[in-house]
Amino acid sequence: MSPVVTGLGVIAPSGIGVGDFWPAVRDGHVALGPVSRFEPNPYPVVVTGEVSEFEPEGWIDPRITVQTDRFTHFALAAAGMALRDAELDPRTVPPFEFGVVTASYSGGVEFGQREIERLWKDGPEHVGPYQSIAWFYAACTGQISIGNGLRGPSGVLVADEAGGLDAIAAAAGELRRGAKAMLVGGAEAPFCPYSMCCQLGLGLLSTGEDPTTAYLPFSYRANGFTPAEGGAMLVVEDEEAARARGVDVRAVVAGHCATYTGTQRFDRSAEGLLRAAEGALAEAGVDAADVDVVFLDALADRRADAAEAEAVRRLFGDRADRVPATAPKAGYGRCYSGAAVLDVATAVLAIEHGTVPPTPGVRDCRFDLDLDLVTGAARAADIRTALVLSRGQHGGNSALVLRRPEPIQGGN
Amino acid sequence: MTRRVAVTGLGVVAPGGNGTKAFWELLTAGRTATRPISLFDAAGFRSRIAAECDFDPAEAGLTAAEVARMDRYVQFAAVAADEAWQQAEMDLADPWRLGVCTGSAVGATTLLERDYAVTSNAGADWLVDARLASPFLHRALSPAALAAEVADRVGARGPVRTVSTGCTAGLDAVGHAARLIEEDRADVVVAGAAESPISPIAVACFDAIRATSARNDDPAHAARPFDLDRDGFVLGEGAAVLVLEEWEHARRRGAVVLAEVAGFATRSNAHHMTGLTAEGVEMAEAVRRAMDQARLGPDDVDYVNAHGSGTRQNDRHETAAFRRVLGARAYEVPVSSIKSMIGHSLGAIGSIELAACVLALTEGVVPPTANLDTPDPECDLDYVPHTARERDLRAVLSVGSGFGGFQSAVVLTRARRS
Repeated sequence: MSPVVTGLGVIAPSGIGVGDFWPAVRDGHVALGPVSRFEPNPYPVVVTGEVSEFEPEGWIDPRITVQTDRFTHFALAAAGMALRDAELDPRTVPPFEFGVVTASYSGGVEFGQREIERLWKDGPEHVGPYQSIAWFYAACTGQISIGNGLRGPSGVLVADEAGGLDAIAAAAGELRRGAKAMLVGGAEAPFCPYSMCCQLGLGLLSTGEDPTTAYLPFSYRANGFTPAEGGAMLVVEDEEAARARGVDVRAVVAGHCATYTGTQRFDRSAEGLLRAAEGALAEAGVDAADVDVVFLDALADRRADAAEAEAVRRLFGDRADRVPATAPKAGYGRCYSGAAVLDVATAVLAIEHGTVPPTPGVRDCRFDLDLDLVTGAARAADIRTALVLSRGQHGGNSALVLRRPEPIQGGN
Repeated sequence: MTRRVAVTGLGVVAPGGNGTKAFWELLTAGRTATRPISLFDAAGFRSRIAAECDFDPAEAGLTAAEVARMDRYVQFAAVAADEAWQQAEMDLADPWRLGVCTGSAVGATTLLERDYAVTSNAGADWLVDARLASPFLHRALSPAALAAEVADRVGARGPVRTVSTGCTAGLDAVGHAARLIEEDRADVVVAGAAESPISPIAVACFDAIRATSARNDDPAHAARPFDLDRDGFVLGEGAAVLVLEEWEHARRRGAVVLAEVAGFATRSNAHHMTGLTAEGVEMAEAVRRAMDQARLGPDDVDYVNAHGSGTRQNDRHETAAFRRVLGARAYEVPVSSIKSMIGHSLGAIGSIELAACVLALTEGVVPPTANLDTPDPECDLDYVPHTARERDLRAVLSVGSGFGGFQSAVVLTRARRS
């Protein structure tokens, strides 16, 4: 039994829906811009990745819109897109065999700040009835389940950025145990003042003022990452079920592994990422030599970048400077629990189009890293195996291996 | 080959006493730890009662630096993990095969609210002043910090993550951890959950939906699952940690096996974020799947640790679920809710209840449901009112319901020779 990706729902600063997102990412557009979610901006981070075009109208039942935070709006809209993309009507799946897993990082902070403001300013009786379901980390899984009538095995995993890959692995595990379909992914909307206040403490956010140079991973000018909002949901199915209903199998979720090397000790993550990658490849039944492209975590911190490059170097040995590696998120920012899920969606598209999208903005990849970082323009490549790497703010290192599906054999 | 999951360590921080021993004494005595809120001034709130931990972090062994860095719920988990890890006397060659899986529903609410008040000038400023924030505030934003702190204490290098499925997080964290072992992704996983939600915003949240008890004049008798005179749950806090270990790994090193995690399943009701159906179909389904994994039938279940939150809707929902999945056995098997004594600590309670189940198996005692004076006629099972019972237990079932529609079930069995 193989878990396969059959649908993608993407909401990112680069585009809403795969139709907008892929060309922008393929062409290396930079979708970062000045902060507009609150004004004036008194904080040192002035460039972020915002999904400025997104309004919940048309995507979400207005009754639900007022009960939920923006991160759940993203997740609900992305889930709907993924279902349509997969041409999957949940009512056709056995009732207890369609579940939802989301990754989370910061929850519904903007909704939360509004309600906690009411409490402190006006008193406890002014806190609204939806705070208890809008702010908490399980809001997206719960609303997606209810909105689509999904009664299968569901979950919420928190390992920050790496949690996005862990969630996909958890969904794959549910399929192996008998579920027929899973919606899985993560979304983030971290741009209210209090959330920004919390993130500043990470000490990793870029304070660059020029959107075209704010987030330059693996560059000599790397000076932190640009936070983003958005995320992605995927439909992952049992391969046989997908083939039986005649839908395109987009990619196989072939292997995953997670390790931990200490909170904010990204300098120590080389060994952790290497072991995660090796574990994921082993589960996928392939060798490092089979990997055709690597989607990098790309923290844009000098030591973190060096550690990630070291992991890649040790994984591929002599081949390290010939395996294309890329960080498309440099063009739209890092949306925490949604970041790695967007990378997985991008990897699926890269496999389908035979194209490795570039790392936007970066022109001077550090020579000492020995990476074949794809910069400038996209590169044509025959991709059978893609490796996605991710690190969480609290020290998790995760790797996911995607494989191009084998063509269906002809004849009888 | 099926990899089985043993429990080889247990640690608890709970209202009414810290440590496994004090916890079990409270439960078996049928005493309640619910009282007026002392952690903040609750005047002006509808519900002003809670089950609080009398917890001194320094006395519990945490350093000043740890106390400064950790929100209260992380402190609980750290202390519970220390107790569990000590009991397990772990001898582990490879830290990359050691994982951590923690649960929490609302994470660092207490710290987030404290720093919000400071940086917003007590709610006056929407554009909070980041310069006034604690240097550790970023660790409060994500409950991954909970798993990371536990991982650092035990030296884990394997999979480390937090499960945050609302009020089933404590069951789901242990279930997810067991799967990491079953799927050969780890040999040992430190699993558990923690919560410290007794802060103004969380109390106000539950006030707003009238989910919590307002029996402010009689807090000791406020948590009344299955009782006709119940009026909601009583908020609690605490943590429990279980050391889970692959069966052969435990056997080879001669570890004392306390219990086996024999089955776990979760299903969603797709019904309502906070409401429950009267039929309990999805909970019954989760229970059936967990029993299937454990290869047990209804007649094998010797004790059911109920969700028993003390809301009318819950008590009827799960009573219906038990009838649906256990059939005639539902009327024979003792069913109790320890929330009657230690309140409902949201994401933590599932792990605390599993700790109680492990103790029930090892001690041969069913903990009671306190305050059950006038049974709700619609809840017609044996809820073990007031008094603990000695009983030889081989298999126990623990269930939970969570905001978001989660329904989870874990089956634990008495340790037996392989």
